[in-house]
Amino acid sequence: MTARRVTGTIAFAALTALAVAVVGLLPMQDYTIHILVQTASYSIAVFGLTVVLGLCGQINLAQAAFFGFGAYAVGLGTTDLHMNFWLALALGCGVALVMGAFLGMTTLRLGGHYLAMVTISFQQIVTLIMINWIPVTHGPDGVGRIQRPPMFESAHAFLGLCVFAMALIGYLVWRLPQTPLGRSMRAVRDNELAAGVAGINVYRTKVAAFAISAVLGGIGGGLFAGGFAYVSPDQFSFAESIVFITMTLLGGVASPVGALIGTGLLIVLPESLRFLKSVPGLYLAIYGLSIILIVRYMPDGIWGFWQHRVRRWFAPPRFVDAAVELTLTPGLSDAPMALEVQGLSKHFGGLKAVDDVSFSVVRGAVHALIGPNGSGKTTTLNVLSGLYVATSGRVVLAGRDVTGLPPHARTAAGMGRTFQNIRLFRSMTALENVVIGAEHPGNDVGAGHAALVERARSALTFVGLEARAQELVTGFSYGHQRLIEIARALAGNPTLLLLDEPAAGLNSSEKLGLRDLLKRIAAKGLTILIIDHDMTLVSEVADRITVLNFGRHIADGVAADVLRQPDVIAAYLGSEPDAPDLA
Amino acid sequence: MDLALQLFFTGLGIGAVYALVALGFVLIFRATNVVNFAQGEFAMVGAYLMVVFAVDLNWPYGWSFLAALAGMALLGVVFNLGVYYPLRHRTFLPVIIATIGASIFLSNTVLALYGPQPQVLSPWFDTQGIQIGPVYLDTQYLLILALTLILVAFNFWFFEHTLLGKKLQATSQDKEMASLLGIPVATMIMLTFVYSALLAGVAGILVAPILFVSIQMGSTIALKAFAATIIGGFGDVKGAIIGGLALGVIETFGAAYISVPYKDGFAFLVLVAFLIFRPQGIFGERVAEKA
Repeated sequence: MTARRVTGTIAFAALTALAVAVVGLLPMQDYTIHILVQTASYSIAVFGLTVVLGLCGQINLAQAAFFGFGAYAVGLGTTDLHMNFWLALALGCGVALVMGAFLGMTTLRLGGHYLAMVTISFQQIVTLIMINWIPVTHGPDGVGRIQRPPMFESAHAFLGLCVFAMALIGYLVWRLPQTPLGRSMRAVRDNELAAGVAGINVYRTKVAAFAISAVLGGIGGGLFAGGFAYVSPDQFSFAESIVFITMTLLGGVASPVGALIGTGLLIVLPESLRFLKSVPGLYLAIYGLSIILIVRYMPDGIWGFWQHRVRRWFAPPRFVDAAVELTLTPGLSDAPMALEVQGLSKHFGGLKAVDDVSFSVVRGAVHALIGPNGSGKTTTLNVLSGLYVATSGRVVLAGRDVTGLPPHARTAAGMGRTFQNIRLFRSMTALENVVIGAEHPGNDVGAGHAALVERARSALTFVGLEARAQELVTGFSYGHQRLIEIARALAGNPTLLLLDEPAAGLNSSEKLGLRDLLKRIAAKGLTILIIDHDMTLVSEVADRITVLNFGRHIADGVAADVLRQPDVIAAYLGSEPDAPDLA
Repeated sequence: MDLALQLFFTGLGIGAVYALVALGFVLIFRATNVVNFAQGEFAMVGAYLMVVFAVDLNWPYGWSFLAALAGMALLGVVFNLGVYYPLRHRTFLPVIIATIGASIFLSNTVLALYGPQPQVLSPWFDTQGIQIGPVYLDTQYLLILALTLILVAFNFWFFEHTLLGKKLQATSQDKEMASLLGIPVATMIMLTFVYSALLAGVAGILVAPILFVSIQMGSTIALKAFAATIIGGFGDVKGAIIGGLALGVIETFGAAYISVPYKDGFAFLVLVAFLIFRPQGIFGERVAEKA
């Protein structure tokens, strides 16, 4: 922990203690207490949306349903079932967790729009059940006389408890982005494909975010029920889910501070504009319109807007000491081949993008895969890195069959790659991007966050960008962004590095720099499989070449020989059937 | 058996409404890669416009229908310019959030104007239906099925056999390439929104005499239409139509034989079953994102 973080934590704890003491002891009207309990309990549910929507980029339009699970568990538990408040709350969170995980697991493998639809449907079903399952839920009448936990029976004490819970959960959510799980979530939000290839289990990360969000909804709901002593189905309807989403967006989607601002504003403002509530619908119509306007004009919310302006005063300190030299230790194994591709095919319907391709990459070599446009090079690479499932054939990485593995597991097995169209995590600094590359099972960089940072700095030093490590990647030139992608792959200490057209779009001096970089990587003993159209680059760095055309393998061998073969020349330059045969 | 036949017919009628709304979803999704969560509200607005013209202003039904459709076309234009167009270069998440905002805005604006009391719209024709053996074919249901059939046929002809339809298809497949070929992409997307709003409007107007005209009808229909698109295979036109019809039938049988209060829940159960066992739907989804 840095000194600044320790100071911050102590200050926050002191502030929380002060706030709890103030709300617990200061005389207040019942109305004020109600507003504060509502703000605190809603905030916790909105923190859930901060995690799932803000950090992980997945939508949850059923937060009111999860809020309702907590509220009904406490309501029914402490009245009909005579349960202890805490036990009932725990049960409610358990139900929210199970339902959240179930929804996430069934839906999160699919695209984002499925999640929106499924969560809306789920929300409607929960409302239907709350209204119609009268023997259990009491139906539209709702549940009254809800008990509070022992020692917190008074309104003041319970408010103190809510504020404490809000502060604690807010703190945890505030810290989450800098933890491995939080970093994975941000990477998934910024670029799902790249996250998988950087070694993140995308699906598990999304389900975790969704489940956390559901549980926070449950906790908020439980406290809400305790605070108001009465719950009814209309408090947990789809409209409330929309209110939660609006709170998140208004305050700022990516931070618990924003969540608190949004929640506070949207609870206090409508209270002071009560006349709006006299016309049914008007109030939600304004919410709907606000959502459109916020998304269009203030996508980062109030807090995000403000944060951009103060961030430069809080820039992290520069590193003073130089990073250590990058070490690459390609996986130890007796297999002579770093990569063996056997009979690999990838068909899209009737299109045979890759058709029965076989080649091997010798350990320590720089191997180029070339071919005209549309010959199946990038598809091959995508099958190798697990983004596409092979139609048939085998991929063997350093003696281990990885054909059935998903992208993140291949990365753990030693596969690193870059993309033809740059796929960096755009909301993050260069350093954070590379830290994510370093952070995966199978990459032994030593314990703790400091070791990861050290590893990332080494990788950035190796590509010559360490001095700008703390800058956002969007501020880098195209060529430098490519280098950061390479650094991200190198930080993961791969056994095999796949480079998809690294020279594309670079100017001539950048290309020379790239050539030298590739030679330096090769000199460290790392095996490279490179795709590129720049024949100068390929002939200068490649030891061996495989040539594809129309998805088929047409030549293979030592670089200089392959480039002299007539069918390779024909595939590349076109044959000249009309030219007189002078030989 | 007689009851089953009767239910089947009723289910197809309701399903046709879901199919029309689902078709609108799919067309917008193909053109913009965005799911329009206000599509159900389009149907609701269509029904209310019909109430405005046919009930409040007491215009003849035919003129009211045309006026309501003109209103829907205008809504499509305003929606495109106000909600989709400013966000077209952003990722899909802000856009779908904006369409959700629009759906909340539409339904609650109507609520503020008309109040929570459901409105009643009489059927288009007050003639008796047809009795074929044990099955009674209600006029309104026959009208729905006939109009849906015509619209689906029109849809096929329009997209496959007219230049404008081909341009719309080109836009939905590759916007950059389409614009390089001189196709005005922004106009094509605008037309898609107008066309989808019209389809939803027709669906809302047709179903209005069967259900009450209420604020909730939009979200109810939208959910069924979502489910229909997933069951049929996301992004697939014939999938949306068949999914919609199937869902109407399933739900009608569910309500008759299992439970009336949970009628709206069957769509969700079928949806979850599909997501678990056949997420690509009956006809399969389009290819995933390219690396």
